[in-house]
Amino acid sequence: MDFAFFLIQLLNGLQYGLLLFLVASGLTLIFGIMGIINLAHGSFYMVGAYLAWSLSSLTGSLTAAILLAIPLTVILGMGLERLLFRHLYQRDHLYQVLLTYGLILVFEELRSLIWGDDVHGVAVPALLSASIPLTENLSYPVYRLAISGVCLLLAAGLYFLIQKTRLGMMIRAGASNRDMVQSLGIDIKLIYMLVFALGIALAAFAGMINSPLSSVFPNMGSQVLIICFVVVVIGGIGSVKGAMAASLMIGLAETFGQVLVPEAAGMIVYVLMAIVLVWRPEGLFGRA
Amino acid sequence: MGNTRLTQFLPYLVVGLLALFPLVESTFYTQLLTKVLIMAIFAMSLDLLVGYTGLVSFGHAAYFGLAGYALALMAPKYETVSLWWSLPAAIGVCALFALVTGTLVLRTRGIYFIMVTLAFAQMLFFIFHDTKIGGGSDGIYIYAKPTMKLGDVELVNLEKLEQFYWLTLALMAAAYLLLRRVLGSNFGRALLGIKVNEHRMRALGFPVFRYQLASFTLSGALAGMAGYLAAVQYGFVNPEILSWHQSGAVLMMVILGGMGTLYGSVIGAFAFVLLQEVLSNQAWFGPSAKHWQLAMGIFIMLVALYLPQGLAGLLARFGRSPVMEAADE
Repeated sequence: MDFAFFLIQLLNGLQYGLLLFLVASGLTLIFGIMGIINLAHGSFYMVGAYLAWSLSSLTGSLTAAILLAIPLTVILGMGLERLLFRHLYQRDHLYQVLLTYGLILVFEELRSLIWGDDVHGVAVPALLSASIPLTENLSYPVYRLAISGVCLLLAAGLYFLIQKTRLGMMIRAGASNRDMVQSLGIDIKLIYMLVFALGIALAAFAGMINSPLSSVFPNMGSQVLIICFVVVVIGGIGSVKGAMAASLMIGLAETFGQVLVPEAAGMIVYVLMAIVLVWRPEGLFGRA
Repeated sequence: MGNTRLTQFLPYLVVGLLALFPLVESTFYTQLLTKVLIMAIFAMSLDLLVGYTGLVSFGHAAYFGLAGYALALMAPKYETVSLWWSLPAAIGVCALFALVTGTLVLRTRGIYFIMVTLAFAQMLFFIFHDTKIGGGSDGIYIYAKPTMKLGDVELVNLEKLEQFYWLTLALMAAAYLLLRRVLGSNFGRALLGIKVNEHRMRALGFPVFRYQLASFTLSGALAGMAGYLAAVQYGFVNPEILSWHQSGAVLMMVILGGMGTLYGSVIGAFAFVLLQEVLSNQAWFGPSAKHWQLAMGIFIMLVALYLPQGLAGLLARFGRSPVMEAADE
């Protein structure tokens, strides 16, 4: 493996990891703050990708499609929180699993009814379609670098939002004591709704920006969902920092695994998870 | 409690009536009911974990599918395999796998447990999907169904529908009795105690981890028994048998029937398989039957929201007379 090839794999691994972070951070926030296990999180990733595809073929531009789709997914998130998830806060995880499992089936069938069962490609925006040459025959696409950049910006924004703003303070307070926050005169229901919509929008956004690379296909959400479960378990539930560390770890492990040991690549992440579980059952950054 | 005798004999009556079924009904319904019985075993095995041990596993298809693969890999290609050793061997493989995964997953609780069991099931899915061990995504055909011979006399041939049905029914009844016996023992009472308050049981000196691991292993073994039968019925295995949709469906059966009741799992399996059959019936719903999962998804959500005690809970509510209600107060 020469240096240019190694560099390409490294960048791919980081980009994949950062993308996983977008999906996993929403999952871990929704659990950490609201105590909800959301199996349907992968479906929002799928919805994002399909929205990007259908709106970009309508408007002719992926950027315009993404700008249109983000408000749609925020509204979807808030609506679902109001209609369904609100009833589950005090319930056992078992019922959360069931309800969100049912939701996956509904989303898959609606996708099939609205958009059909075909695989579609999405064009990379013209501005970002160039490649940076590394050696004579190896080059690296600008679009992947752009994705990594956007993900890093969002991660920084998320950190700032949660750690440095007044809203972030309320969110963190809501995670530790819901009733206390409520009695201090803060509308906790609204905060929950915002957090949920934020998590959904992050997952959907990940689906949108990744659609030119992964293409758009049925059941694309469940693959991502399960890898993100592994990320959340390794990182520690509720920890955004942990989600970041674990996403990068998984992203790199899977990318290099596919190059070095293609036969066992599908298993590497689960072996990693098993090792972490033996060593630290509450995850790398989890509260014991 | 005047109806104790009735509830005591009801299971025997139900099994007796079910045994007569193939004599009066057609092949199609016998096959369908066989599927129901297999799923009932599967759902009961999960109920042991969810309803009695307080562990919500979302990866139970792993043990179900593993037994199917064990049978497919053990069976010689064009000859029948002996039921005598292949069934215990398949169950043994599952018990062993449950023992190993159990030691890992039982380090976690609650939501972690759900995610980790799912992740391990997915691991198995990818092993069979990505490697050549089990024929990849195409799976393996089981051309000849197992038989049971004593000397030269053929006792059971699973090629025959009725015999397969009766064997499945007998195994379901055996699984039910075994679980009743286990749950009625001191071991079962300790499990219930752990479900309610793990820390207190530990403080009382119970080896909580060992009890949970025993329950997890038994559950995996019984799921394996169901998976073996399912593989025999379908005549092939592919990675779908391990998929998380299978895990979701069986969890649904347990809740739909009413968890922590055992017989609820049987009712749940019956209702779920029947509902699936009705919703995907093209004769009734035409082309929209293709999208039966939509209706199923909505139904599952409604059960989660409005029927947390399942059908068994509903029966219990209607079954109680006003006098009994008054006596309770």
